[in-house]
Amino acid sequence: MSTLEVSPAEPRFREPGHTVVNDFSIQVATVNGSGSQTANTVLMRSIFQMGVPVSGKNMFPSNIAGLPTWFTIRASKHGYIGRKKEIDFLVAMNPETAREDVMKLDSGAAVVYDEPLKLDGLRSDLHFYPVPFDKLVAPVCPDAKLRKLVRNMIYDGIVSWLLSIEMDEIRNALVKQFGKRKAKAAELNWGAAQAGYDYAAKTFTKSDPYQIRRMNENTGKIIIEGNTACALGAMFAGVTVVTWYPITPSSSLVESLIGYLKRFRIDPETGKATYAVVQAEDELASIGMALGAGWAGARSLTATAGPGISLMSEFVGLGYYAEVPAVIYDVQRVGPSTGLPTRTMQGDILTTALLSHGDTKHPMFFPCSPEECFSMSIEAFDFAERFQTPVFVMTDLDLGMNNWMSDPFQYPEKPVNRGKVLTAEDLDKLGGFARYKDVDGDGVGYRTLPATNHHAAAYFTRGSGHNEKAQYTEREDDYIHNMERLGHKFETMRKYVPAPEIRQRADAEIGFVAAGTSHYAVGESCDQLLNEYEIPASYLRLKAYPFTPELADFIDRHDRVYVVDQNRDGQLLALMRLEMTPEQIAKLRSIRYFGGLPLDARTVTDEVVRQEGR
Amino acid sequence: MSTITTPAPKKVNRLGLEVLNYKGAKTTLCAGCGHNAISERIVECFYELGVEPWRVGKFSGIGCSSKSPAYFLSLSHGFNGVHGRMPAIATGAMLGNRNMLGLGVTGDGDTASIGIGQFMHLVRRNLPMIYIIEDNGVYGLTKGQFSATADVGSKLKTGVINDLPPFDCCALALKWGATFVARSFSGDKKQLQALLKAAIVHDGLSVIDVVSPCVTFNDHEGSTKSYSYMKDHEEPLHALDFVPAFEDISVEIAEGEVRDVQLHDGSHLRIRKLGRDYDPTDRLAALKAIEEAEKEHEVLTGVLYVNTEKPNFMEMLNIVDETLATLPQARTRPTKEALEEIMEELR
Repeated sequence: MSTLEVSPAEPRFREPGHTVVNDFSIQVATVNGSGSQTANTVLMRSIFQMGVPVSGKNMFPSNIAGLPTWFTIRASKHGYIGRKKEIDFLVAMNPETAREDVMKLDSGAAVVYDEPLKLDGLRSDLHFYPVPFDKLVAPVCPDAKLRKLVRNMIYDGIVSWLLSIEMDEIRNALVKQFGKRKAKAAELNWGAAQAGYDYAAKTFTKSDPYQIRRMNENTGKIIIEGNTACALGAMFAGVTVVTWYPITPSSSLVESLIGYLKRFRIDPETGKATYAVVQAEDELASIGMALGAGWAGARSLTATAGPGISLMSEFVGLGYYAEVPAVIYDVQRVGPSTGLPTRTMQGDILTTALLSHGDTKHPMFFPCSPEECFSMSIEAFDFAERFQTPVFVMTDLDLGMNNWMSDPFQYPEKPVNRGKVLTAEDLDKLGGFARYKDVDGDGVGYRTLPATNHHAAAYFTRGSGHNEKAQYTEREDDYIHNMERLGHKFETMRKYVPAPEIRQRADAEIGFVAAGTSHYAVGESCDQLLNEYEIPASYLRLKAYPFTPELADFIDRHDRVYVVDQNRDGQLLALMRLEMTPEQIAKLRSIRYFGGLPLDARTVTDEVVRQEGR
Repeated sequence: MSTITTPAPKKVNRLGLEVLNYKGAKTTLCAGCGHNAISERIVECFYELGVEPWRVGKFSGIGCSSKSPAYFLSLSHGFNGVHGRMPAIATGAMLGNRNMLGLGVTGDGDTASIGIGQFMHLVRRNLPMIYIIEDNGVYGLTKGQFSATADVGSKLKTGVINDLPPFDCCALALKWGATFVARSFSGDKKQLQALLKAAIVHDGLSVIDVVSPCVTFNDHEGSTKSYSYMKDHEEPLHALDFVPAFEDISVEIAEGEVRDVQLHDGSHLRIRKLGRDYDPTDRLAALKAIEEAEKEHEVLTGVLYVNTEKPNFMEMLNIVDETLATLPQARTRPTKEALEEIMEELR
């Protein structure tokens, strides 16, 4: 197999008989609330079960029912699971968007559509497959009320015939989707899928080149949303207090956590919970509770999105200054203000890094995959207690709410690290302690937990000025001394945050720096640049802030470094500029996308090529 | 020849601790501030009941009142949070350690203005803790602006008249779920002691609104939260005696004159009738009494409401009896098999 056989290099116009196997994208355009989620998940899962690397991205409105929604499935034998900009295969079910969806397609794409929409007259360079959905659904679904929901399953059958997806896998996916308890619903949907398949088989002559063919790439793999992965990470980290306020796209993180806690964290002897979950009255309360719990020594978390981060600002400053651990998940969405609440953005990087008034800096972790959502959650809880400070786990809507293929998660073998906590026995030996004294030279003091049974355990926690002994002070030297220690603590963190992942090419003049979900587009873009433009590029993926020395070294090794941001203002770039030398800053270039969709490789590649003057 | 003098034995409580062990740092509030009197009552009550000071968690928001936890129980951990958000801190901390005895001290600005939302939700949850509102109707730390508990018609030092109706924190607490609701006056030593002691042993949320005059900004003619106004308008509902569980209570009680409320730990609150018949277990009657007193410009003090039956927040959440914060890893990290089971479901 030639290494040049990658999707972008293949010609867009193909001779008849040419096939495109396991390397294209399918878009299903529906109306939200119509039950299309099931049909789309089943379609994606059936491709997954055929061993073909696949990803699914749901582009949905901030609405319960009636507005347009698109689900994009990408099958890629190369393992590219970022969004593909071009749509190769469209299923047009939404009358409102059908025309525009068709007009946007590249020449040669295929369109399955609801026959009454009469789309085939719009273009002559596409492959059209009209389907009379209403006629097909009536016989397989006698209950008229359910037809709206079952109707969508018909396109799974149609698409299966057209793309050679094995119907057995559609059936398996349906069983998986509905579970044993809803066997009847699964049967009903299976009937609809079969009706679609049979109709296609007897009606259509396939003219498009797209095909799914069985591979063996997914053995042992799971499909999971990033939010669920974070929830699992938190549970296996031993979280005990969970406080939250519902907000898209973070709600499902806590909701799935609640489900798992109920199953796995009930004391078998007493039937009581080894955790507390509180749906707070707002984000001001949810962060306050998380900090209160952290102060009491519990492993606490809250999950939110940009608007919640804004509200939490004051409390996070208290957490920083009074040195209280907590883990805060920020599943980022498009801002400012309410913004596009159901679209994705890396929009809170700069705000969060420096959240709250005065001099404040906060550690952030940037997972890019479900596996990292899991493992970094566990690390984040250790980190928060190790450094006695709020830690932010920065994901986004794309990672949090979409289905991702993933290797199964590794059980954490390392015991939990609860940080520097003095017990009554320790206090007996020491005689006393000073809460904010840097005893070990790492900037981190020792703390005691409230209700420690010892006369020397107590200290007073406050957000006002305090000295080493946690006493109130407004003295200049006390204040400076304490703030410098906090600065030193932040410097110590650099040695303990997850180190970046680096793909170094000896022949590369240029390098990429990215974080989180930008990873998939950047990784694919590296291949596009090499294969299409012969531009070798190195790539450093940041996993955390504060940055580690590897970042500066990486910049030093390259002539130009493209910092990829999913926001308008280049927030990651701005954060880097704060601590790089003028020589390093001069090498930094910016690639920004902020349209609310998951970043795609083509956008990155085109921008690099433009800036490189090629 | 020398005279040998044996020092008088130090007075200690049932734990063998002196009153000194319950004191805090020297107050920085104004001389004569009602809050200082409340701090003194707190010291006395925790000392007299023999509560281990290290078992107490002190919480406060921002304001003069919220500074006061530094001035009592220095052997207790304290958390002085952000303005109006003490309930959240306390809720999280109490969930983290349900075996802690929570004591919140706040003011009328902290509770009734910026913190009214959190206060109401704390009430709704019936979190087992003590919530003292040091209520002076004015912002002291920012030099004398009205708070949301200032009465209609009351006058600032600058002559400004308040024309917005006050929040009655007791009425709010009553209506939405607190299980021990009381009002008192910082100058009423005996009543406040009995109320505090009952609150210490009550196993639910205790809200005590204590009118606590601000000598600097709201103790003048025209104020309804001044010492002299309270002297003229305080209307005690009853006389109170607190009998701790560890004391013998086989004292004769005259029929019809004294109502006895048994509290969670076996302590008793003995409520002696003064002028009127008042049943503190009747929520509706309590609300009515507050309404009527407001019309009459009376400040009703005493136990407005007590309910020893209603489940508290910990019970509602069905949390294990042990402290969540210090549960060992074996109880907080599910097994490898559990993870494998979950992974299999996702395949």
